[in-house]
This record gives sequence, structure tokens and C-alpha cells, in this order.
Amino acid sequence: MTIAVPDSSIVETAPRPRGQIAEFVRQQPLGTVSFFIICAMMFAGVASELVAPYDPLAIDFTSIMSAPSWAHWCGTDAYGRDICSRLIYGSRTALVIGFTSSFIGSSIGAILGIASAYFGGKIDDWIQRVMDVLLAFPIIVLALVVVAAFGKMLVGEIDINLIIAIAIPILPRVARVVRAAAFSVRVMPYVDAARAAGYSHTRIIFRHMAPNVVAPYLIMLTAFIAQAILAEASLSFLGLGVQEPTAAWGLMLSGNAADFYRQAPWLILFPGVAISLAVFGFNLFGDSLRDFLDPRFKV
Amino acid sequence: MLRYTINRILLTIPTLLGVAVLVFFMLRIVPGDIVEVKLRGDGGAVTQETIEMERHRLGLDKPLMVQFKDWMVGVVTFNYGISMWTERPVMEEIAIRLELSLEVAILATLIAILLAIPLGTTAALYRDTWIDYLMRILTIGGISIPSFWFGMLIMLSLLAAFNWLPPITFTPIYVDPVANLTQLIWPAAAVGYRYCAVTARMIRSSLLEVLSEDYIRTARAKGVQEKLVISRHALRNALLPAITVIALEFTFLIGGLVVTEQVFNLNGIGQLFVQSVSRNDFTLIQGMVMLIAAFYVFVNLAVDLLYAVFDPRIRYA
Repeated sequence: MTIAVPDSSIVETAPRPRGQIAEFVRQQPLGTVSFFIICAMMFAGVASELVAPYDPLAIDFTSIMSAPSWAHWCGTDAYGRDICSRLIYGSRTALVIGFTSSFIGSSIGAILGIASAYFGGKIDDWIQRVMDVLLAFPIIVLALVVVAAFGKMLVGEIDINLIIAIAIPILPRVARVVRAAAFSVRVMPYVDAARAAGYSHTRIIFRHMAPNVVAPYLIMLTAFIAQAILAEASLSFLGLGVQEPTAAWGLMLSGNAADFYRQAPWLILFPGVAISLAVFGFNLFGDSLRDFLDPRFKV
Repeated sequence: MLRYTINRILLTIPTLLGVAVLVFFMLRIVPGDIVEVKLRGDGGAVTQETIEMERHRLGLDKPLMVQFKDWMVGVVTFNYGISMWTERPVMEEIAIRLELSLEVAILATLIAILLAIPLGTTAALYRDTWIDYLMRILTIGGISIPSFWFGMLIMLSLLAAFNWLPPITFTPIYVDPVANLTQLIWPAAAVGYRYCAVTARMIRSSLLEVLSEDYIRTARAKGVQEKLVISRHALRNALLPAITVIALEFTFLIGGLVVTEQVFNLNGIGQLFVQSVSRNDFTLIQGMVMLIAAFYVFVNLAVDLLYAVFDPRIRYA
């Protein structure tokens, strides 16, 4: 009679990070592709000064709306500015606004979601009512209302109020998903143990419950970077987001770009491709992360 | 069922009242109002007196709580006041544009659903073949491509292919259906693409789930034609989860419409909303936010009730 030797892969408690990455690449080929898109975008955003062939703000009246060529890969706009360089700098704008607003919205949303599940009862009811109200707005509409209410507040080149405007509609959407995940954590014995030990509510929420809903939090954070980039592009397109002369993808499509359908289609083509690729990258990476980390959390 | 219906309808009231309270206070947290935009915008020197007079005329100098009371009474009695910019009743401003936006929304939904059902079904039936992969690429595109840019691409292709752009003036569908559709089918396609993609994806996955159920095997075993198995047994059950997605995605449709109307230069609710935001026209913003929220709430209500009709488990839960 042989004694069953426990399978090492089952017993092993701490997953080896390298094995996990290999597993992710194997299971999620599309997720891996999207990860490289995100990396490329981050590189372009961080090292814009090194990558971009021209100054994105340099106006050159000798080459207004010139077609794509070896000198200007994506052509130039109505001010003779190099579109390729503006796209590269635009990825910085998109990343800064997309990441910070998604981070702020998802984090506050996650904390509210956990608190809602933890306290339950009246507090849960009230938080849910407020979230229901916020959910009755499409992302863009709520962001527009916040823009109307708060106006602009520039810190350096970044409009803080624009970030808040995009973060607010993200908040209830994350709160709802995290709350559902936190309910299953709430009934765990260790939460009861923590309460019996007399720990404060804040400590239990942050130290005991939050680490156990990190998976849905990360998934939502990534997926909502895509939504935030889309929202930023839409608001800038409408003239209510990032303002000229800052390079931003949505802004490049707005205003005079639409007047040049006939003469300069490259004004419209390239920024749209950039937005779509970015949204595609983060969306798909979020999806693959979800399938990989925990298939139960369908958004 | 009656009890459930009444309960569900009553639940919409606190949400809508919450929206009314929220939008009112949000717009007034930060000082600054339309009077400054309107009068200072001309660049001329305007005396403080004129500004105060204009504020008084628009009722902006009343105490906040009085303004709030007026607004809430207005919400309940469907009197949303007059636009601070155009000085016409908010309801009227909305009413003249509602037809256009509503038609685009309905067209987009129709396009989306009519395409999504066959697309999703074929993708599920031909799972892991090139048809399925093609569908996957199309759906991923639908989720990633912003609807306003897709609209621009449509315009570009129309120009390239026919050297033609859709007309800008709106003709009601009952006056001239052809002129109406040649204008509105394009924006509807632009915002409908994402809607269609998401719905098709949902139909595909829920159909795959249903096809592995026991009752499908039973139906096949007793010799029901495959066509009937799909249409009667599988698809009917697979469409239920798709209905939820259709409701959830409805907000995306409205959001997409707000931006896409600019591309096609449509004088609809979306364009009005963007204009009133850039002008700080509080009354108009409030009125439209109530309208959009009400739309969302009622679509969700309708879907929940439909769900209960189709799925008895919910009624009795």
C-alpha cells in the first residue's frame, strides 16, 4: 500500500511570482498583448521628451496640415504641430488623468463598499441609496455636471477638478462590486475574532477586510483606467476637459479637426487610434486579470 | 406579482428625489454662476449693480433653502423653471429636442439588438472557429472605440466613398422617413456599435451556458429538430441575462449620444446638455439631469419587471 503523497502544487501556500507570470502569459495571450500595449503607452508617457521627435507645442507655419511623411510620421495639424509628438505627449496626459481619477474613484469606492458590507443594516442601506443615486447617471453626464459645478482648478498643468469629475462616477460602480466581495469576507471567522479582540472598526476594515478584497479592487482599478481615459478624451473633445495647448488625444479631435475631413483625414485618424488602443489595452488587461485572479467577479 | 411591481415602482421615488437633491447642491457648492459667464463674457465692464439685478431677476439671490424648496416643488409638479440663458421654459427647450435624441437612441437600440442576436448566436454555435474569432475582434473593437470617433470615421468613409455628408437639418420621421433616416441612421450606428458588441458577447456566453444544460440534451434526445432546440429551448433562456446587459448599457448609450451629437452636429438633448454645462445654465442642467436619470431609472424598472415576467423565481423570492 502506498501512502498518498500530497501534490506539491496543492500544498504550496505562497505562489511563486515567476510561475504566476508564466501562467498568466499561457492562459491569457490577449491579456499579455494588452499588457505590452500598456507598457508601450507608459514608456511614451514617462519618456515623452526622449521619444518625441518634435516639441508638441512648437508651431510651424511652413508645414501646416502636411500629410504623413518621413519628417512627420503622422502629419501635422492646423498649426503645423507634429501630430506624432502630440500623440506621445498625449499619452502622458491620458495616463496621469486616467490613472489618478481611476485610483481615487476606485479607492474611495472600495472603502465605502467594505464599510457598507462591514457595518450592514442602516449604514449599508444609506450608502446603497446614495450609490443608487450616483448610478443613475452615465459616466460622462455625471462628469459634466461636476465640471459645471466645480469649474477648473489648475495645479501646474493638471486640472484637479477634471480628475475629480471623472473619479466621482467611478466611485459607486466600484463600491457596488467591492461590497459584494466584502460580504463574503465579512462572515469569515477572522473578522469575528478581530472584533472579539476589540479592534477598532477602522482597523478591521483596513487591516483585515481590505487585503481580502484586493483582487476585485485591482480588476476594477485597471478596467476603470480605460473608462477614465475614454471620459477624459470625451470631455476634452467637447472642449470641457483638457485645454489647449496641452497635448491630449480627445482635444486633438475637437474643434478644427472636424472641419478638415476633406483635406486632412490624418488629423482624425491617429488620435482616435491612440484612444482606442489605450482603452483596448486597459479594458482587456482588466478582463484577463479578472479571469486569471478570480473568475467569480464578473463586472 | 402585483406586490413586487408596486414595491419596485416605489423604490424609484427615493432614487429620483436623491438625484434632485444631489444635483441641486452639487451645482451650488462652489460659488460662481451664469450671471458672471453671461455678463463678464462680453468683456465689457459691468457694474456690480447690474450683476446684482440680473441675479435678482433669475432668483439667484434668494436664500439657498428657498431656492431649494422652489426646485423640489418644481420637481414634483414637473415645473422646472426657465432656462437662465435662453429665458425659455426648460421643459420647452427639452421638448423640441427630445424627438431627435429619442429617435437616435431607439434606432441605436434596434440596430444593436437586431444585430446582436444573430451575431451572438452564430458565434456560440460556431464556437472556436474563425466566425467566433471574427466576432470576438468586432466586439473588442466595439468596447474600445469611442463612439464619437467611430462617428467621425463613418463621416470620413461616407466622404471618401460617396463624397456626401448626411444632412444637418432634422426632418421628423412621419414627414419624410427617407430624409429622416439618411440623417439619423449614422449617429445611431455610431453609438449602437458598442451596444451591439456588448450584447452579442453576453448572448454568446449565456447561450453557451444554456446549451450545456440537461433540458437541451433531453430535447435533442427526444428528437427535436436542432433549429427548434436553439430557437425554442436555448435562445429563450439565454436572452434573459442579455436583457440585464441591455439595461446596464443603456447609460453608455446616453453618454455616447451626448458626445456623438456634437460630431454629427445634431441639435438634440446631448448638444443642449453640453451647451448648458459650458454656460453654467443651472436650471437647464438640473432639468436635463432629472430627465436622463428618470430615463435610466425607468429603463431599469422596465427591465426588472420584464425579468420577473420571464423568470418566475424572481417574483417569489
